[in-house]
Amino acid sequence: MKYFIKRTGFMALTLFAVCALTFFLMNVIPGGTAELILKHTFVGLEESVTEEQLSQISSRYNLDDPLYLQFFRWIREAFVTGDIGTSYVFKKPVLYLLALRLPATIQLAGTSMALAAVAGVSLGIYSALQENRTSDHILRIITLFGVSMPGFWVALILILIFSLKLKLVPVLGYGSLENLLLPAAALSLHSAAAVMRVTRTSMLETLGQEYIRFAKAKGLPIWRIISRHAFKNAMLPVVTVIGFQMGSLLGGTVVIEKIFAWPGIGSLLVDSISARDLPVVQGCVLAIVTMFLLVNFLVDILYTRLDPRIRYG
Amino acid sequence: MEANLQKSLSKKRYAFCFDSTFAFFRDRPFCPLISPYDPNAIDLGNKNLSPSGEHLLGTDYLGRDLLSRILIGARTSLSIAFGVVLISLLIGTALGCAAGYYGGIVDESASRVIDIFLSFPGIIFALAIMGVLGSGVFNLIFALSIVQWAKYARVMRGQVLSLKKQEFVLSAVTSGADDFHIILKHIVPNAIAPLLVLATIDFGHVILSIATLSFLGIGLPADVPEWGAMLSAGKEFMRTAPYQTIFPGLAITSFVVIFSILGDGMRDILDPNHEEGEIY
Repeated sequence: MKYFIKRTGFMALTLFAVCALTFFLMNVIPGGTAELILKHTFVGLEESVTEEQLSQISSRYNLDDPLYLQFFRWIREAFVTGDIGTSYVFKKPVLYLLALRLPATIQLAGTSMALAAVAGVSLGIYSALQENRTSDHILRIITLFGVSMPGFWVALILILIFSLKLKLVPVLGYGSLENLLLPAAALSLHSAAAVMRVTRTSMLETLGQEYIRFAKAKGLPIWRIISRHAFKNAMLPVVTVIGFQMGSLLGGTVVIEKIFAWPGIGSLLVDSISARDLPVVQGCVLAIVTMFLLVNFLVDILYTRLDPRIRYG
Repeated sequence: MEANLQKSLSKKRYAFCFDSTFAFFRDRPFCPLISPYDPNAIDLGNKNLSPSGEHLLGTDYLGRDLLSRILIGARTSLSIAFGVVLISLLIGTALGCAAGYYGGIVDESASRVIDIFLSFPGIIFALAIMGVLGSGVFNLIFALSIVQWAKYARVMRGQVLSLKKQEFVLSAVTSGADDFHIILKHIVPNAIAPLLVLATIDFGHVILSIATLSFLGIGLPADVPEWGAMLSAGKEFMRTAPYQTIFPGLAITSFVVIFSILGDGMRDILDPNHEEGEIY
């Protein structure tokens, strides 16, 4: 329980720090925020912007206040009303835009993580059992390339093969299962390879233990040794790496969503960066970081459940 | 150390990776043979050509020789990655040493900052930084260094904590050496090995990040020959000229693989007693 509170505290602290970092980052832009707001208001008429208009905007949005005051006002608004800014481009609350895009990202990231975990763990166990045989070597080479290939390249190659050459699945689109296949496969490959590598190492280590040898000597069938004796003990590092992979997976969604025109937070982030819609950029960063922190929080809690010896703090 | 280096280089794959990387930084005597073209020479009469004897990997949408651009792109990526890794290594070493050596409140606050920087996906933050600062070589190095340094700081801190209690450091303290001297002369040389291994493997990760950001159009200016940007331009012609998508990606992948293998080799040289399995 004490650990639970401590862990929650750290999560809140991290979130606060990320808020502060992004907020200050968004406000050090060359040219200043007021000019940016005006540019978005008078698209095409940038030349006619006057000093007077700039100062009007500055006073309306309190941009002349010191930065830390603006930051605390922003934090207060965020907590009291859930208002984390308004998009320059869409003229809608950022929170609304995020809520609109969130389900697509959760669907893609969730599917990919599940795929990566299932494929990585099962292939990892298989590879460990086949240690130093041909199939183990092949799987290890695939793993090495799996963690080394850029996700966006994998996505393009998959499109090339399955959409353009074989015409099995549509290139773009959102909604049906066949739309989900390619992006999820492209996104999960890297994580699957990483999970597999850790599973293999951990499994080999566990299989070398005395109690496994004893179970073998007792004459237990191999599948029973694996499922009852080895699996649980070998899973600890795997759970850690799955939580860790969530970070690279969420980072990967950005570029994968962009390629497949997937209507999630990642593509919103890239589009907002190109449009210099900074409140939305900030909102997207916060949303992705929050998701990552939540997943890792859950992983840590799961960890203490899996291994009763661990009782932090 | 010397013996380990010899042993490691005698393993064929390490020697191969080592040579192939540094080939790009030498005079590149082999380059004019296979790619006699200027990587930036636009030749609209010969655009989107398929691979042939004249252009081994074909040409891009502006008629530029793809092989020449991929070769020169290696320099772009390696130079930027070198900058990022070096800066992260320096910041990480300095902060890690300070935290580990002084302990107490210094350690507490430095560790919190390190934890925070390690606890969110770096590429997202790098994206946001690039979004605000705009594309460019120095902005890219800055953005990636900011999200990379914490790893090094954490490893360094751990190293310093264990070294601090060793007798040679204690005797230096007793003989009245000042902190700066102890850290620089006694601690850093003994603590740096795992950081160098980390840095080598990180090279590959940084190359991937550079390519990702450039692919999204927020890394480097469009005219710089860079693998991610080349992929991004090539994907527009995927139906008619798929090789423009395939080759730059192969280049990225092989460099990341090479640096993972080199990192493994580094570990063999610097830390021969390590327990962990090889990456392959």
